[in-house]
Amino acid sequence: MFKDIEHLIRLAVVILIAVAAFVLLRAAVIPSSFGQYGHYRGAAITEIAARPIAFAGHDICAGCHTEEAAQKKQGKHVVVACEACHGALARHADDPSALTPAKLDTAVLCTRCHEANSAKPRTFPQVVTADHSGGIACDTCHQPHKPKIEDEMPAGGKK
Amino acid sequence: MQIPVEGFMYPNEVELQWSVLIVLYPFITGLVAGAFILASLERVFRVQAVKPTYRLALLTALSFLLVAPLPLQLHLGHPERSLEMYLTPHRSSAMAMFGFVYLWYLMAVLLLEIWLDYRRDIVLKAQSSTGLARLFYRALTLGSSNISQRSLQIDERLGYFITLVGIPSAFLLHGYVGFIFGSVKANPWWSSPLMPIVFIFSAMVSGIAAVMLLYMASTRLRARQIDIRCVDKIAQYLLYTFVIDFSLEMLDLLQRIYEADESFRSLDFMVHTRLWKSQVIIQILLGTLTPIALLGLTQVLKLTETARKRIYAIAGSLTVIGIFAMRWNVVIGGQLFSKSFLGYTTYKMGFATREGLLTAILLMILPFTILWVLVKLLPPWPDAGSLSASGATPAHGTS
Amino acid sequence: MDITRRHLLVLLPAAAVAWKFVLAGTPGASPNYKLSEHWWSMLIDIPKCIGCGSCVRACAEENDVPDGYFRTWIERYHVADWKIERPEVESPNGGKQGFPPNEISDGKNFFVPKLCNHCADSPCTQVCPVGATFVTPDGVVLVDKTYCLGCRYCVQACPYGCRFINPKTNTAEKCSLCYHRITKGLTTACCEVCPTGARQLADLKNPKDPIHEFLKTHTVQVLKPHMATGAKVFYNGMDGSVR
Repeated sequence: MFKDIEHLIRLAVVILIAVAAFVLLRAAVIPSSFGQYGHYRGAAITEIAARPIAFAGHDICAGCHTEEAAQKKQGKHVVVACEACHGALARHADDPSALTPAKLDTAVLCTRCHEANSAKPRTFPQVVTADHSGGIACDTCHQPHKPKIEDEMPAGGKK
Repeated sequence: MQIPVEGFMYPNEVELQWSVLIVLYPFITGLVAGAFILASLERVFRVQAVKPTYRLALLTALSFLLVAPLPLQLHLGHPERSLEMYLTPHRSSAMAMFGFVYLWYLMAVLLLEIWLDYRRDIVLKAQSSTGLARLFYRALTLGSSNISQRSLQIDERLGYFITLVGIPSAFLLHGYVGFIFGSVKANPWWSSPLMPIVFIFSAMVSGIAAVMLLYMASTRLRARQIDIRCVDKIAQYLLYTFVIDFSLEMLDLLQRIYEADESFRSLDFMVHTRLWKSQVIIQILLGTLTPIALLGLTQVLKLTETARKRIYAIAGSLTVIGIFAMRWNVVIGGQLFSKSFLGYTTYKMGFATREGLLTAILLMILPFTILWVLVKLLPPWPDAGSLSASGATPAHGTS
Repeated sequence: MDITRRHLLVLLPAAAVAWKFVLAGTPGASPNYKLSEHWWSMLIDIPKCIGCGSCVRACAEENDVPDGYFRTWIERYHVADWKIERPEVESPNGGKQGFPPNEISDGKNFFVPKLCNHCADSPCTQVCPVGATFVTPDGVVLVDKTYCLGCRYCVQACPYGCRFINPKTNTAEKCSLCYHRITKGLTTACCEVCPTGARQLADLKNPKDPIHEFLKTHTVQVLKPHMATGAKVFYNGMDGSVR
């Protein structure tokens, strides 16, 4: 009776062994946090969150640089975070001696925002630098932390 | 290396994601599915005329199926992680499910069917051969050398059942490949419910054409007479499936042209420029209309055998080229336009790179090499005989 | 560490605890951060964007984004008169160095910052074959680069072109909404440096977040709403030509 299907039984055994091997392998290899929150490695969330930061954030800067922060508060640049101009400085915040912020070239820096462009919102202050200053550094006249030119300018006057 | 862009692309879109290797993948699985369906014709629908190609079609399907995952592996950024597809398959991903469909088709359908069909030959060879070959064949017998009449009858019945399961499996295999593309809603060139069906029919077309060519070439190489009744029949099937395939593709095209949705202008421009040669000239004119016309001629006119054979050879070759072009236009075409519908990028195929032309050519040669080995190990033709003197046993296809 | 103590004084309590971890060299999710208490999104105020490219540069620096690829980028639109279906768009190097001046007088011109929409029903996570990309319980779409195959299916599936393959890791990459920052009580790098407040990180689960008032009082859209992806980057004042 079974003699004529012996080869098929043997085949079935081979298939069963293969399936069992797969199931065992699967159990052994799948990362332990897989499925913790969904169909992914739960530990990945913590790993990604553990990446070190590059930008310290405005509050951290203001913690030490109180004078500049106070000055900035009086002008329109109050909404501009320190690192928007000075660059990523978490390493400096971490250890001020480790990294000294580079001196900025205002002739280049300011134009990034204030060079006239028809796609910029109309209410945003923009100039054509060639006409406005002829390319000299903006901080010749403007104080970047409080850009509006007023009283301390000898001939300027109010507005 | 600057990639030429016309108009506007989202900046990350400039680089193409899927290369010529991903063109090969649906092309190869298509050949598998098509070859298998041709083999099944003989077995399930008892079409005696195509019997000479039955085993050849099975071996062809197997050799291409073995190669099918290779272009994917070569393409992956981390091939060493590919097992994850089986370990943690994401149920909502068409690609993950494809892994199982592939495995099912390879293990449960194709290998099993070939094994059952060849078991008698394997047992005989295990007894007649020596050395390594003997070891190999003995392993294949799984240690059972029972080839009694009854056991072969059981094999035959089981094989029939597997073929029965195999036909929907072949459809599933290639329909799934179509679904991988057809389900991408972000891409209007792909996103279409017709995609799986078009893929299935184009698969049958390419598989049938390939087996026909292989049969003609191998018979010629062995200096035997081509069974003209057999190729006539295959050519007929090729014509029918091709007409269905072409109608489906035209249906899709018509719908797109008439609906002319937000993507249409962009895609239309692409077809008229970047895809003009590969789509209109190669795929449609040369690779579809010409072979359909040629095959149609053989049905209408009374032609001599030689003329018919020549026409079949030409039409078959054009068909395979046409279907390859179709895969190219789907895969590459779907990445040339921006999803903003405002611009186009360019595909620059490397040559001797990991995903270059050379790799693609080698990958296309590989299945033929495997087929050559398989044919040596498991001769698909009745008169090839076994390795030694005892080979007076005509292998019997399916009795 | 005198500075550390000074920091602690000025910081919000949550951020302060996190900052301590950062400084201690063992940065990790802030211990008082609960996944279930947040549902992150972003607000983009188009009329405020000046196309300066600060966000693109900051993003690249914060997240080590390779040149030529973008987790965020800016597009400049020009729509001539009534031709809303045929805008002219450009994004030279993703707007990283800003935009050259253009003085087109006809039609309208404006900037549109783009980033991952952190879709709630995200097509990219749907197609990932192995679960290497996912929506976190706090609503951020992330990529597990130690698990990603690099099959690129997700790149194909994103309707917004937000994903790319990082040539260094050979894995999929995209905006993480600065997950390593927002879980420590900080804002994203792009929002941090945006000089006009055109970008605002928002927590939809936080009833005190100003986003709720903003959404109530403004005309807000998401990109490609017909894709039904549950996009969570909200655009204020977006023109119909934006795609």
